[in-house]
Amino acid sequence: MASVALARKNRRVGLIALCASLAMLGLGFAAVPLYDLFCRVTGFAGTTRVATEADAARAAELSAGAPTISIRFDANVARDMPWEFRPRQVTDRVQFGQRDMAIFEAKNHSSVPVTGTASFNVEPEQAGKYFNKIQCFCFTEQTLQPGQQVTMPVLYFVDPKALDDPNMKGVEQITLSYTFHRTR
Amino acid sequence: MATTADTFQAHAEEHHHDADHKPGFFARWFMSTNHKDIGTLYLIFSIFAGVIGGAISGLMRLELEQPGIQILGQVSMWLNGSADFDQMLHTWNVLITAHGLIMVFFVVMPATMGGFANWFVPLMIGAPDMAFPRMNNVAFWLTAAAFVSLLFSTVSPGGTGTGAGIGWTAYAPLATSGSVGSAVDFAIFALHLAGAASIMSSINFITTIFNMRAPGMTLHKMPLFVWSVLVTAFLLVLALPVLAAAITMLLTDRNFGTTFFDASGGGDPILYQHLFWFFGHPEVYIMILPGFGMISQIVATFSRKPVFGYLGMAYAMVAIGVVGFIVWAHHMFTVGLDVNTKMYFTAATMVIAVPTGIKIFSWIATMWGGSMEFKSPMVWALGFIFLFTVGGVTGVVLANGGVDDNLHDTYYVVAHFHYVLSLGAVFSLFAGFYYWFPKMSGRMHSELLSHLHFWTFFIGVNVIFFPQHFLGMQGMPRRYPDYTPAYQYWNEISTYGYYIMAASMLFFFANMLYAFLAGKKAPANYWGEGATTLEWSLPSPPPYHQFETLPVIEDHHSHHDAIGPKGAASAH
Repeated sequence: MASVALARKNRRVGLIALCASLAMLGLGFAAVPLYDLFCRVTGFAGTTRVATEADAARAAELSAGAPTISIRFDANVARDMPWEFRPRQVTDRVQFGQRDMAIFEAKNHSSVPVTGTASFNVEPEQAGKYFNKIQCFCFTEQTLQPGQQVTMPVLYFVDPKALDDPNMKGVEQITLSYTFHRTR
Repeated sequence: MATTADTFQAHAEEHHHDADHKPGFFARWFMSTNHKDIGTLYLIFSIFAGVIGGAISGLMRLELEQPGIQILGQVSMWLNGSADFDQMLHTWNVLITAHGLIMVFFVVMPATMGGFANWFVPLMIGAPDMAFPRMNNVAFWLTAAAFVSLLFSTVSPGGTGTGAGIGWTAYAPLATSGSVGSAVDFAIFALHLAGAASIMSSINFITTIFNMRAPGMTLHKMPLFVWSVLVTAFLLVLALPVLAAAITMLLTDRNFGTTFFDASGGGDPILYQHLFWFFGHPEVYIMILPGFGMISQIVATFSRKPVFGYLGMAYAMVAIGVVGFIVWAHHMFTVGLDVNTKMYFTAATMVIAVPTGIKIFSWIATMWGGSMEFKSPMVWALGFIFLFTVGGVTGVVLANGGVDDNLHDTYYVVAHFHYVLSLGAVFSLFAGFYYWFPKMSGRMHSELLSHLHFWTFFIGVNVIFFPQHFLGMQGMPRRYPDYTPAYQYWNEISTYGYYIMAASMLFFFANMLYAFLAGKKAPANYWGEGATTLEWSLPSPPPYHQFETLPVIEDHHSHHDAIGPKGAASAH
């Protein structure tokens, strides 16, 4: 019986199958940065874009004669966050391509300084890739002293390319939502 | 491998061709490296777990028989020692979690891949045993340990109450920040162990099937059950590690402050759903493909014809396996995918209906013009084909992204996946069980009791699950213990169905008692000339070690006519 040769052959196939499963395990973990990258590149799942001044200027050129769209602002805090956080204006109308500023207000109700980071999202999701932020308080951490109240601006525009996207047909309002989390 | 073969040869010399020499009880059952004994252990384990999982579904049906809270208070008293309203609702979540995990990981998978595949893959390909017999043993005992860990989780603190109330999907954030306490950690650990066990046994099957086929048994001559196990093993090796990665990240999010699925640290809970369903969709094919293989053997046997379109049947399973990896997001149509993504996943999902249709068609074509005999395995197989088709049709309905927006997380979905699993996979399990039970035990079961079991079970499960389509269409959401009285009528009927189904299991256990106490001795090939694969060339039960000299599969025989004269001669 060629059992030694068979044992060697078995070990080979078994190891290949083991490597395949280890590779899939690695891919499972690699999905985390890849998914993040994918969302940033494609604006998938309502991920918004970060734009430069130059992008904004280019978009503004296209805005002549463009229609307007309603923007709704939504502000939340995580469960363990002792802040009050709300938009100064609940809705706003803005012309496609024109930059606009939205103001949010935050107040620290606790007796200790609290640092927070805002996560953000856009509804409907297909609007994410057209929603460009030039400046945002969500780009950095924010620290509020006990009782301190601040206003936080967001400078944004909606890319006029959205007008050519069939997925954006019928979208009359875009909601920009923030949630402040305590920074860990 | 080498050790086993050498030991076996030593035995053969000492005892002069005594291939039936067995070790003592403890060594045989607790340290077993014999594929048939391990298969038996898996089957016993699966029946045991099935009784527990089935009893839990009984609690659920009792609770849902009427609107309002009926028995959850009592169950909550057992688990929590008190019946606070939130605890009762948590207890409901614990029940659905345990039912789902037990049925998927500890009933169906151990029965198909653990039990039947361990028993019959080596027999059908003419191998003396599995490629890695010790790894086979480790895999079984890891599965048992996983089950213990899962049972442990139901009595550990899980946040609102005792037990892990996270659903079998364990979505974040419910399974992370939503459930403090060790219950969820135990449940996740159970999945880790069961997953590792399944990967080991799959590596074992892949190696065995590739390297240990008898001379002449080419891949294209393998019985379809072996094909189905090969495809399933590949799915397991490629899908389970992704689940392992996802639940490991859940574990670190829970205990070590990472934020993979937590937006506050830049993570995304939707990513967990993508990872879970990248595993979860292949998983549903993992549960059904070995069933496809068994049904093919049974339909061919009792039609006394080779399977119609053998190659098409084999590659249909390969196609189902491949396409199964690229349709996962149809489980998440309502997370807010854009129209194009939904369109892709709708179309890709519907493509799976093509190879599945090939299989249904070929089973019918196999029976067409065949000399059919309605023995117990055949009626279960026919029940399988009928019910799986019903579940497949509702699956095509749900595949539509637009329709799913309406039906997502309703009882329509519950009805759909129970038609393909509870009625599909489980019918294939019983079909396989009645087909091979006399081969494994050496005793014939009662055909009368098997038929009674079939008809009562068939009526019972249909009465349970068919009305759930109506409930879902009317908008009844799943995962709630209470509902508006408008849903009472069909819920009551569904629960009556459970009573019928539970009673039918008495026929099953009576049949087992009968077989072991008074069953006739089974001859080698008790199904007659239609049963042509290699296991029928061996006595029932087969000797402890079989195929001392490898059977040779003759060239002029068709794939389903695999017994060569030498193959038959090799059996003791």
